Amino acid sequence: MATTVTSAERVIEKGIGTGPPSRPGNGFHRNGGGSKGDADPLRFYPDRYRLGMWVALTSVVMLFTALTSAYIVRAASSNDWRPIAMPRLLWLSTAVIIISSVTFEGARRSLKRQHDAMYGHWLLITTILGVVFLGSQLLAWRQLVRQGIYLATNPHSSFFYLMTAAHGVHLLGGILALSYLLVRTRRRGADVTAESRRIGAADAVSIYWHFMDGLWVYLFLLLFFWK
Amino acid sequence: MAEVTHEVVHRHEPPKSFIRKYIFSLDHKVIGIQYIMLALTAVVVGMAMSILMRLNLSWPGTNWPILGTLFPTGAPGGVISPEFYLSLVTMHGTIMVFFVLTTAPQGGFGNYFLPIQIGTDDMAFPFLNMMSFWVTFVGFIILLAAIFVEGSVAVGGGALGTALGGGGSGTVGPIGGWTGYAPLSALGKIAGPGQGAGVNLWIVSIAIFCIGSLLGALNFITTLLNMRTRGMSLMRMPLTCWAWFTTAVLALLSFPVLLGGGILLLLDRVGGTSFFIPAGEYVNGVLSGDPRFPLHAGGSPLLWQHLFWFFGHPEVYIAILPGMGATSHILSTFARKPVFGYRAMVFAIFAIGGLGFFVWGHHMFISGMSPYSAIAFSILTLSIGVPSAIKTFNWIGTLWGGRIRFTTAMLFAIGFVSLFVAGGITGLVLGQTSLDLPMHDTYFVTAHFHLVMGVASIFGMFAAMYFWFPKMFGRLMNESLGKFHFWITFIGVYTIFVPMHIMGIVGMPRRYAQFTEYAFLGRLHPLVLLVSIAAIVTVSVQLVFFFNLFWSMFKGKVAGPNPWEATTLEWTTPSPPPHDNFAGIVPTVYRGPYEFAVPGAPKDFMMQTEPVTADEPALAPGLGDTSGNGHDGHKR
Repeated sequence: MATTVTSAERVIEKGIGTGPPSRPGNGFHRNGGGSKGDADPLRFYPDRYRLGMWVALTSVVMLFTALTSAYIVRAASSNDWRPIAMPRLLWLSTAVIIISSVTFEGARRSLKRQHDAMYGHWLLITTILGVVFLGSQLLAWRQLVRQGIYLATNPHSSFFYLMTAAHGVHLLGGILALSYLLVRTRRRGADVTAESRRIGAADAVSIYWHFMDGLWVYLFLLLFFWK
Repeated sequence: MAEVTHEVVHRHEPPKSFIRKYIFSLDHKVIGIQYIMLALTAVVVGMAMSILMRLNLSWPGTNWPILGTLFPTGAPGGVISPEFYLSLVTMHGTIMVFFVLTTAPQGGFGNYFLPIQIGTDDMAFPFLNMMSFWVTFVGFIILLAAIFVEGSVAVGGGALGTALGGGGSGTVGPIGGWTGYAPLSALGKIAGPGQGAGVNLWIVSIAIFCIGSLLGALNFITTLLNMRTRGMSLMRMPLTCWAWFTTAVLALLSFPVLLGGGILLLLDRVGGTSFFIPAGEYVNGVLSGDPRFPLHAGGSPLLWQHLFWFFGHPEVYIAILPGMGATSHILSTFARKPVFGYRAMVFAIFAIGGLGFFVWGHHMFISGMSPYSAIAFSILTLSIGVPSAIKTFNWIGTLWGGRIRFTTAMLFAIGFVSLFVAGGITGLVLGQTSLDLPMHDTYFVTAHFHLVMGVASIFGMFAAMYFWFPKMFGRLMNESLGKFHFWITFIGVYTIFVPMHIMGIVGMPRRYAQFTEYAFLGRLHPLVLLVSIAAIVTVSVQLVFFFNLFWSMFKGKVAGPNPWEATTLEWTTPSPPPHDNFAGIVPTVYRGPYEFAVPGAPKDFMMQTEPVTADEPALAPGLGDTSGNGHDGHKR
């Protein structure tokens, strides 16, 4: 269970196709097996959640890449592109979600230091901030609707509603995951496996949450500051 | 269980109730079989549609009373209407590409065998795996529903319908083609018949399918990277695992793009947006500005093509890469030789998958793209020929000098190589802009992609089915029936698709319901007839396969754990494997995946789990390259 890589392990990780005594790695840092993954395939390692999360986020990146390319092409393809004025409320949304990333980091660190009570508090704050963010987004929609700006009003408003909705749905998934952490894994696991599952799940959700934070900042810049 | 030597941690216990065991199962083996059953159901529907299309093409205007009863709107009075024909084309393509060629090779065989071949008890996320199947299943139901919602004649389509179909003709299902090109697909009902609610369902179905595939891909990648057993280094994995892994990466990167495109298309249809609807359009007697027309215009129909083909081309490799993996695996096993150039095979799989992301433009040569981009796309497309040729060369190298056992699985694997070459070579023709311009949208294209993406992939799956059936069901399939099935199918598909190349060169366009009005195509009628008869015979002979499949499940010869004398991990466990695959024992891998006829080895074939003995001589120099590596163990 050594967390530091010793020189011996490094030598082992270089070998590809060697026999079991040296338990070959494969160049994927910590994830691809190597000394840990190969050691006991039936045991649970928190790496699995983290790896799975990165893979899942890759597909999210591709989804928003597709939408971004559509955005750029559509903006250039005709002269009916009239950007909508930014609802001021989005500044609040942005601030809230950035703060929520900080609080989640607080939760993760408390978990690492085994401060379970603190972990629970930080999680709760993060969840509330997530809900506040979604509420703020909905209010921003309502502001626009009051101005008579709908999905079909012009291409820019179409993209605004589409991208905020796509992000919101993903963030809602994050809030559900946070609620799961709050309800199911606030207490220490019964054994080593349960404990590493708990840590792995919290790790994976934190990656997701930070990613959704960054994604929002990106969309915010794309929708209102990209020319 | 007396011999359990390791601490065993089951991630889920064997389920007891029927529903948990066979329906909402977490077991990757059950989910794999569910996927295969879904694909078999879908392929029956898809084949039936192709028969209806052939009936219409070779005997146009004939009255088939039974069709009039079955499809009163699509074939009024028993005569197949042009709209019905187009919706058959659309649904045949969509069902085959998504629910057959994507589900069976990856979701089916990949799900069942990837965890066993890397020596683990299940996928990394069994719950997501279960979701992946059921989401896909819902997508299939919605797609089938799309066939039935399009009964009435669409607004503004009456005149067109009358002109084409002789009055009162409706459609059965959407008619946008499996590619659903905008702007027609984005406009809704004003675009004519077959563009109404059915298309909405068609888009929703594909979007759901994307989500199911993404869940699957996530599982495949994590499982392969995280859960390999002791000693199963990457270069000791069977080539099937490499193929499934690369396929999962392709799915992971390409399906989200289709999902995004699908959302945009659906919003154009139901949300009043104009992502794909251009300005100044005149469609079906309606000019943009007309109240019936969508409020806005100014979008880019080509954007849909870009998004669609950015997914669409990798999709071709999603369909065929697992077949390549299975073929490599089976050729080696029955040639009793190691795969020739294992490493080269791995890199070729990656090269094909990677290049596949940069060639989507070759589907759009006639879209008016800049000649410079066309040249770039053309060169990149042709360069896929290099890894493809490496693979073909290595397959032949694997067969060369082998002691070949001509089992049915082997015949289908050799058939795969043949079809891959025959279908791939015309890819080099179509990949060149100057040749593609006249060939585009002719039967030449139809013949090309059916041979290479359709039939070759299906042959890979037939090979996989005959090969792995004994592992999945504990019994062997009947070899005589299998060989009969192979030969008729093999001759049949060439008889269907080789004449189609000729039709395409003559200039017969795709997707036309009838050719009776074109004098220059009249001479081709005997060929059209030949193709139809060959198609009917080939489809009929699949009944033999279905009979063999279901009969052998219950009455076939009992197989035993390793009927083919193969070397990989799935053959070390009972047939069918127990719930956790290896009955509590964690397999340890000591060898490469294809150690057949290794000089100096005590046996003809060495299982991956057999330890290297002290009296085994070190391999001759150079041999390590051809037998899948992992020979450093010999030196120790």
